Amino acid sequence: MTSEPAAGPLKTTPLLGIARSLGGKCVPFAGWEMAVQFSSVIDEHMAVRTKAGIFDVSHMGEIEIEGSGALAIVQRLTCNDASRLVDGQAQYSGLLNEAGGFVDDILVYRRAEDRYLLVINAGNTDKDVAWVKKHGAGDADIRDASRGYAQIALQGPLAETILQGLVRADLRSIGYYRFIETDVRGARSIVSRTGYTGEDGFEIYGPSGAAEDLFKALLEAGRPHGLQPCGLGARDTLRLEARMPLYGNDLDDTTTPLEAGLGGIARLAKGEFIGRASLEKQKKEGVTRSLAGFEMVDRGIARHDYAVRHEGRPAGRVTSGTFAPFLKKNIGLAYVPPALATVGSRFAVVIRERDAAAVVVETPFYRRPAKASGRT
Amino acid sequence: MSADGIYPDDLKYTKEHEWLEARSGRATVGVTHYAQAELGDIVYVELPQVGAAVVAGEAFGTVESVKAVSELFAPASGTVAEVNGALTDKPDVVNRDPYGDGWMIRITMADPKEVDGLMTAAQYRKYIEDEAN
Repeated sequence: MTSEPAAGPLKTTPLLGIARSLGGKCVPFAGWEMAVQFSSVIDEHMAVRTKAGIFDVSHMGEIEIEGSGALAIVQRLTCNDASRLVDGQAQYSGLLNEAGGFVDDILVYRRAEDRYLLVINAGNTDKDVAWVKKHGAGDADIRDASRGYAQIALQGPLAETILQGLVRADLRSIGYYRFIETDVRGARSIVSRTGYTGEDGFEIYGPSGAAEDLFKALLEAGRPHGLQPCGLGARDTLRLEARMPLYGNDLDDTTTPLEAGLGGIARLAKGEFIGRASLEKQKKEGVTRSLAGFEMVDRGIARHDYAVRHEGRPAGRVTSGTFAPFLKKNIGLAYVPPALATVGSRFAVVIRERDAAAVVVETPFYRRPAKASGRT
Repeated sequence: MSADGIYPDDLKYTKEHEWLEARSGRATVGVTHYAQAELGDIVYVELPQVGAAVVAGEAFGTVESVKAVSELFAPASGTVAEVNGALTDKPDVVNRDPYGDGWMIRITMADPKEVDGLMTAAQYRKYIEDEAN
């Protein structure tokens, strides 16, 4: 069952108390005590796909970079092109090491010309802060703001309706990967049309002290709409159906954006950045492995770190795998040689010492239906 | 998770959270209310073939929830006489009815006295209370 060795006392978010009072089953995750599920993973997953779900994701870290040299620092530290951002826009990107591997996968928010916010993975916070400070020399202040922010994710087709009752700004005016800074129940917050579920929705970054009030207000506003509190279990199955990578599973210090199928965020033409030379070389020579999305053909569920075989020989490893609650299929991601990563290719996943057939499919596994109206 | 689940008095229990119902040399085996609740949504059950040998305390199959893989341990030794094939298509029955339609295998016991070493419902209830604390 889900557990990991205890390494010192666990950190807690301002929403752990309310998660417990709602019946959340709380477990250690990346050094934090977090709710892994409330009613059931499948139930919560389906709520997000069909109505709405609310998640405490306050364990995520935040780094503020502010000053006249902020953009130059962000450009040097990240592989996507932050110069393309306008105020109020967010971008998926990577902090890469010299070898082109991911120090972390992150979101870059441009709040003003000289003011950026990096949103980083909980388990990488200390590493990222040290990395950004070490390589972020320039005319800007770099601050670890992780403890000051709470983050609530409100996800699902009814998220906009539920949140609209609590804010004055017209949420329809916020496009995908856009955000506003506004008062939410009296607390200055970032309201961002982003998420990690493959569904429409918002991520709300506000002061830690105001998080419980907001969470309760959203639950109340969402009750008539079928809003459910959701844990990290559903967050993981939702993100995998949408083929969003999880750091530590699908990405790590040794995997590059080109291998992970994230070439779109590696803007080699934007100018110098850490890892660029390695990516140039890899692009020229070709990758030796690619992250492929697959469905199980035989019975069985692929899991993280299961071996992949092809024609009886080792051919890679599964990085993520699960039963997909909406698709009702067993799906996964695996690093395999590029020739095996094309749609329709077959390989075997070794499940309890037996080869179980899998086939590479189009990803994302799940794509949300187009909205009938709206401006996203 | 607490011990306030259902633990029928006429069953015997293991530390690995299986139950066993013995009747004239035959034993029906499944997982307890506590096990299914801890696992969460069960989406896959892998069971042995009829005729396979099982050994008390050793793995005879696997149950998987959305988020976890867990081995099933035999409460008694013997030969598999019957397998609940319905769980292949409807593994969630284990969540809904762990002592009824969610049964897993029937064993022809090699030594019916082995059952005496298993826990009673009261002992099992105390065991999971202690484990939770």
